[in-house]
Amino acid sequence: MEDIGNNVIKIEQVELLPVIMEKKNDDWRLAQICCAFRDGHYEVSYSFAKGYELTNYRLIVGKDETVASISRVYKSAILYENEMRELFGLGVEHIKVDYHDKLYRIDAETPFMEKEGE
Amino acid sequence: MANRSVVPFGPQHPVLPEPIHLDLVMEDETVIEAVPSIGYVHRGLESLVKKKDFNEMVYVTERICGICSFMHGMGYCSAVEKIMNVEVPRRADYLRTIWSEMSRLHSHLLWLGLLADAFGFEALFMQSWRLREKILDMFEISTGGRVIFSVNKIGGVLKDMPKDMLKSFVAILNDMEKELSETTSVFLNEYTVRSRLEGVGIITKEDAIRRGAVGPMMRASGIEVDMRKTGYAAYSDLDFEVITSDKCDSLARCQVRIGELFQSIAIIRQAVDKIPEGEISVPVKGNPDGECFMRLEQPRGEAFYYVRANGTKFLDRMRVRTPTFANIPAMLQTLQGAQFADVPLLILTIDPCISCTER
Repeated sequence: MEDIGNNVIKIEQVELLPVIMEKKNDDWRLAQICCAFRDGHYEVSYSFAKGYELTNYRLIVGKDETVASISRVYKSAILYENEMRELFGLGVEHIKVDYHDKLYRIDAETPFMEKEGE
Repeated sequence: MANRSVVPFGPQHPVLPEPIHLDLVMEDETVIEAVPSIGYVHRGLESLVKKKDFNEMVYVTERICGICSFMHGMGYCSAVEKIMNVEVPRRADYLRTIWSEMSRLHSHLLWLGLLADAFGFEALFMQSWRLREKILDMFEISTGGRVIFSVNKIGGVLKDMPKDMLKSFVAILNDMEKELSETTSVFLNEYTVRSRLEGVGIITKEDAIRRGAVGPMMRASGIEVDMRKTGYAAYSDLDFEVITSDKCDSLARCQVRIGELFQSIAIIRQAVDKIPEGEISVPVKGNPDGECFMRLEQPRGEAFYYVRANGTKFLDRMRVRTPTFANIPAMLQTLQGAQFADVPLLILTIDPCISCTER
């Protein structure tokens, strides 16, 4: 874990589920999950809130790597995880309710990813 | 043994002004599970950061929703201002606060009207929307627009409200408060209304946290969290209490919103008393570089803005997690075990904004 400023803590893939479990057991609310694609990799930010406190965890995921779903711990993660897979093409494994890229009824594949030649 | 069947609900339904679909797994008249489908009108507004510069994105964020248009613009501007270390003039903070509370009044009155319409109380629907019209008139007087009025800019606001105008707004709100008491007392005391809301759609405090509920949905489950208490804009100067209820049912969600209507009027009064003279914006030079998480309290609950900038005029990423998006899992929880006839009202009690969800 590494504090990278702006209230963001960078974590590794192996730390994700232990962090999530710790937050869940301490009654933190999943405030949001946000995906961004930058410099050839995904940045996935998990934000947790308790009262007025906010903590953000940042996971760096390679373009062809996948990330474990947290939807079995936080059920509300289902929509966020389906969304980032559908809009960005980020592989999320074992989502509790998997919409198979049909969460949004759009024709474009991974529309938030820059395509070659754009 | 009970008959199990799947009943499709939406995307077109009389209580839904916007499309959302639910597959309701039923045992006789009882809902066992609800599986949502959204995305009928997804617009991909966040991806416009590739085509619109960070100043133009203010207008894009204002078009996320027609009800909280002003607050979406304000949330985005606040995030960019934080990245650029821009200190907004105090008068602009107060003006933003006043327009925000007017937006809350507008939104909650709209919701009360829709709720009344959903249980067939047409006179109550018309009373609620008649009152809401006065807020829209105030928007028009102060900005020129009734729905999307584009007064936010990075560095402040574009329009001022002179002293006379503010005083006249307080006078209108004072009169409105009396009418509001009469109208809302029907929601809170009338037997026909209470019988549809009381004890229906329970979501416990633990479930609200587990499902990530926000706003009145969360506060009606006894959780005292209101982002205005973090002191953004002029809220740090203003005195108000977080309105909660520990009843956890649909009536509690109605009570919280009604309480917030009167609270918004009180906040506007205080803001008008305390608003300082001075500039309404500061010039902003250069491009943002960095990232920011920004939260603010919209009528439907906590909205979450993420802005990532790279030093050019085009942002890397702009994301808005809207309150309705966060409240969908909690809504599904309320549907489990509900009677089929209560489904439309239960969907309405989260005050769904599909336009926000399909940003």
